Amino acid sequence: MTTSQFQPGIMPGRLPAEDYCHAFADTAPPLTDHAARVAADRCYFCYDAPCTTACPSGIDVPLFIRQIATGQPEAAAVTILSQNIFGGLCARVCPTETLCEGACVREVAEGKPVEIGLLQRHATDRLQAAGVHPFSRAERTDFSIAVVGAGPAGLACAHRLAMKGHEVTLYDARLKPGGLNEYGIAAYKAPGGFAAKEVAWLLQIGGITLLENWALGRNGTLADLLEDHDAVFLGMGLAGVNALTIPGAEHATPATDFIAHLRQSEDLATLPIGRRVVVIGGGMTAVDAAVQAKLLGAETSTIVYRRSQPEMPASLHEQDHAQTHGVRIVPNATPVAIRKDEVGFEVEFARTATRDGTMTLLEDTLRLKADQVFTAIGQTLGPVPEGLTITGGKIAIDATGRTGLAKVWAGGDCASGGEDLTVTASAQGRDAAEDIHAFLMGA
Amino acid sequence: MANLSSEFIGIKSPNPFWLASAPPTDKEYNVRRAYEAGWGGVVWKTLGMDGPPVVNVSGPRYGAIYGPDRTLLGLNNIELITDRPLEVNLREIKTVKRDYPDRALVVSLMVPCDEESWKFILREVENTGADGVELNFGCPHGMAERGMGAAVGQVPEYIEMVTRWVKTHSRMPCIVKLTPNITDIRKPAEAAQRGGADAVSLINTINSITSVDLDLFAPEPTIDGMGTHGGYCGPAVKPIALNMVAEIARNAETRKLPISGIGGVTTWRDAAEFMALGASNVQVCTAVMTYGFRIVEEMIAGLSAFMDQKGFTATSELVGLAVPKVTDWQYLNLNYTTKAVIKQEDCIKCGRCHVVCEDTSHQAIAMAADRTVTVKDEECVACNLCVDVCPTGCISMQELPVGTLDPRTGRPVGTPLNWTEHPNNPSGSAAACAREPAE
Repeated sequence: MTTSQFQPGIMPGRLPAEDYCHAFADTAPPLTDHAARVAADRCYFCYDAPCTTACPSGIDVPLFIRQIATGQPEAAAVTILSQNIFGGLCARVCPTETLCEGACVREVAEGKPVEIGLLQRHATDRLQAAGVHPFSRAERTDFSIAVVGAGPAGLACAHRLAMKGHEVTLYDARLKPGGLNEYGIAAYKAPGGFAAKEVAWLLQIGGITLLENWALGRNGTLADLLEDHDAVFLGMGLAGVNALTIPGAEHATPATDFIAHLRQSEDLATLPIGRRVVVIGGGMTAVDAAVQAKLLGAETSTIVYRRSQPEMPASLHEQDHAQTHGVRIVPNATPVAIRKDEVGFEVEFARTATRDGTMTLLEDTLRLKADQVFTAIGQTLGPVPEGLTITGGKIAIDATGRTGLAKVWAGGDCASGGEDLTVTASAQGRDAAEDIHAFLMGA
Repeated sequence: MANLSSEFIGIKSPNPFWLASAPPTDKEYNVRRAYEAGWGGVVWKTLGMDGPPVVNVSGPRYGAIYGPDRTLLGLNNIELITDRPLEVNLREIKTVKRDYPDRALVVSLMVPCDEESWKFILREVENTGADGVELNFGCPHGMAERGMGAAVGQVPEYIEMVTRWVKTHSRMPCIVKLTPNITDIRKPAEAAQRGGADAVSLINTINSITSVDLDLFAPEPTIDGMGTHGGYCGPAVKPIALNMVAEIARNAETRKLPISGIGGVTTWRDAAEFMALGASNVQVCTAVMTYGFRIVEEMIAGLSAFMDQKGFTATSELVGLAVPKVTDWQYLNLNYTTKAVIKQEDCIKCGRCHVVCEDTSHQAIAMAADRTVTVKDEECVACNLCVDVCPTGCISMQELPVGTLDPRTGRPVGTPLNWTEHPNNPSGSAAACAREPAE
C-alpha cells in the first residue's frame, strides 16, 4: 500500500518502500581505516585530559586514541569497554558535543574537536566484528545478586558483578533486554539491531541469568529479592511519562511510546504516521520523535518548546540535526488546548516570554493543525518499593549507588545524580557493582 | 621579485635549486619535466662504467618513516646507480643540455678506483656538453661492497687520489659528494680540497634501517624475506646535514671551499638555512619524490620574498651569514638567562608543557585546577622543552637583561661568561687554548 505524504490523517506507507532503508540508515557512518588514522593523529595526548574528565564513565580517551593510532583498535576497545561496557552504543548516542568533544582542546584551538565518538565506534566495532569478548570472570563466589532492569545501568552492573565471579539474576519487565538502548533511542543512531547485538555480546561474560517479562511489584517484591539474593540493584529506569493537563490532552500520545513502537517495528512502511506531526517538548526525545516522524514521511514535523531555543535541553547538535532533516522548531509557545477538527486536531499555544528566569504567558496565541500530537515533556519514576528515599523524583543514592535501604543499590535514570544518559547509567551500574562486590567480599 | 640567479663554481643556473643525483634525475623524461617545472639545475643520476648495466632489486626499494597523518619524514632506499646503458644516458644528457642551455646539468659519476676508468668516463661526459661532474663517494649500499661509493668516501686518501685524477683528466668543474657515514666530516672535505675539488656537496644518505616487518621479523624494505641497510634522507636528516655543512664552512682549512647543501631540503626556508650556514646552492630529492616537481614554485617564490624582505639582491649575499654564529659549546655565554613565557590567550590548556616539565624536566610549570599553566621562574632553567612540545606555539623564551634578578639562582644576571672563563672549569684557561672560536 502506498499513500502519499500529502494525504490527511495518520497513514502507513507514505514513502516508496525502498526509501525507508535509506531514511533510517546510519546517521553518522563509521570511519574508514584511513579516516580513523587521520582522526587519531589529531589527538594531542593531553595531560589529565579534559575529554576523560568530561566523560561520565571516565574513559581514558587519549590512551584509546593512541592505541588506534598505533594500529591496535581492538586494544583501544578494551580500554574503552573496561570503563564503559556500553562503549559501542555510547559512541553512537552520546551527546559528545557537550561531553568529550566539547571539552577537547582542539575544539578550543580550531573549533574542530578530535572525532572521539567516531573513533570510539571504530575501535568497539572492530572488537565486536571480531566476535571477541575480552573480559573473563574471576573465581566464582557463592554470592547472588538481583539486578532489576536490563537497561544500560542494570546490564553494566550485572556484567561487572559477573566479572567479579558473582551470579546475577537480571529481571526485566519488557520482552527484550536493553532498556532504552533497545526501545528509546532513535533508530538511525544504532541501525542494524545494534543494541540487541551489543547485549548479546555483553552477556557472553556468563553468570548472568536473564528473566524477561518480570516487573517489580507485579511479579515479585523487593523483600522477595532480598530473601533470594545477597544484594539488589535497582535499575528499572523511568516507567512513567509526564502528561499534559490541558483540555484535549487525551489526543496526544507519549513520544516514548511512538519511538518504542518504531524501534520494534519489523517493517517501517507499515508504521502509520500523521501528515502533520506536532511534538511538544524540547529534549532529545522530542528531537528523536520529530525527526523520525519526518523520516517516516510526515509532510511537516514541528517541535514546539515552551521556552527560548537556547534553553532547549536538546543540544545544538541535536537541534541542527532536527532542522537539517526538515523539522521546524517553534520556541516560546506552550500548549493550552488540543481540539479535534474535521481531519485531525488543532493545537492552541500561548506565546511565552522569559524574564529573569520566569516564564510568562503572553496574549498572543499560535494555532497549529496536526494529524498527530506527541508529548515529550519528561519521564517519571514509576511505582517504587516502600522505604526508598525519593529526591527530585528519583531514588536517592550516594556516590557508590547505595540507597537508604540495606543491601539495596540503584543507578541509571531511576536514580539521582547525573544526566539521563546511557553513559551515566552505565557508569552508575559499574560503580554500584564495585561497591556491592566490596560490600559482599568484606562481609 | 629578487633575482635568484646563481653561479656555483662557474656553473650558471636561474636559481639555486638543483635536483640531486637520485631516481628523479635518471632519465631525459624526468629531467625535462624538472626543467619545465622550474628547477635551476640537475645532477644526473650516477653513471657507472660501460659494460653490463647495474642490476637493481625488483622488489620494494624504498622504506619510510612517518609523522602524523602519514607525513613522510624520512625515506630510505636501496636503489643503485643508474641501471641504464651508459650510451643511452650520455645521449640523453647531450640532448637535454642542448635544449636547456640556461640550466645547470652536472653528471654524477662512480667508476672503479683506477685512473683509466676515470679517464674514460670523463672524456665521455665532456663530449655531452654537461657543465660539470659530481663524484659519488657517498652511496652507502650495493656499490660500496664493490669498492666504490662510500668505500672511497670513507677513506680521505682515496678521495684525494680520485679527485686528483679527475682534475688531471678533465677541465670540467668537479664537485665531490661526501658521505655522512664517517666520524668527522671535515677530513673528507679537506681531502677533496687537497685533490683539487672545486666544491663539495653533502650529505649523501645515511646508513639506515627504517623499520622492521613484525610478522616476517625482517628489515623493510623486505626482499624475499630479507632486508639490508639503505640510505636515509628526507626532512629527518636535515639537522645532521646542516651541522655537517656548518662544520666544513667554519673549518679553517675548508672555509673557502664552495658547498652544495643536500639533506631534507623541502621548502624555501630549508634552502635559506643551508645557505646561511655556508651552502651556495641546494640539491633536493626526497621532497620532489614526495610531492612532485612543482614544489620548486614555492621555493622560488619563498626565497625571492625572503630576499626582498631582507634587502638582498643576490643569493650570494645570504650565503654564510650564519657561519660566524656557529661556535663550540664552551664559548657560549653561560650567564645568558631566559625564562619561558606563556601567552595565555593562545593556550589551549592541553597540559603537555606541564606534564613534560613535571615528569622529565625541572618541575617549573604549574597547572591550576582550571588547567591554566604558569611558569615558575624560580625553577625554570629555560630548557625550551615546553616551547618544543607546545602544539600552538604559545610559549616563548624571554631574555632577562644583565643585572635583573634570576629568581632561580637568587642572583642578578651576570655579564657574558663562557666555560673557558668560568670559575667551575677545572682546566681553567687551558680549555680556551683547545680550540679558538671561528671568526
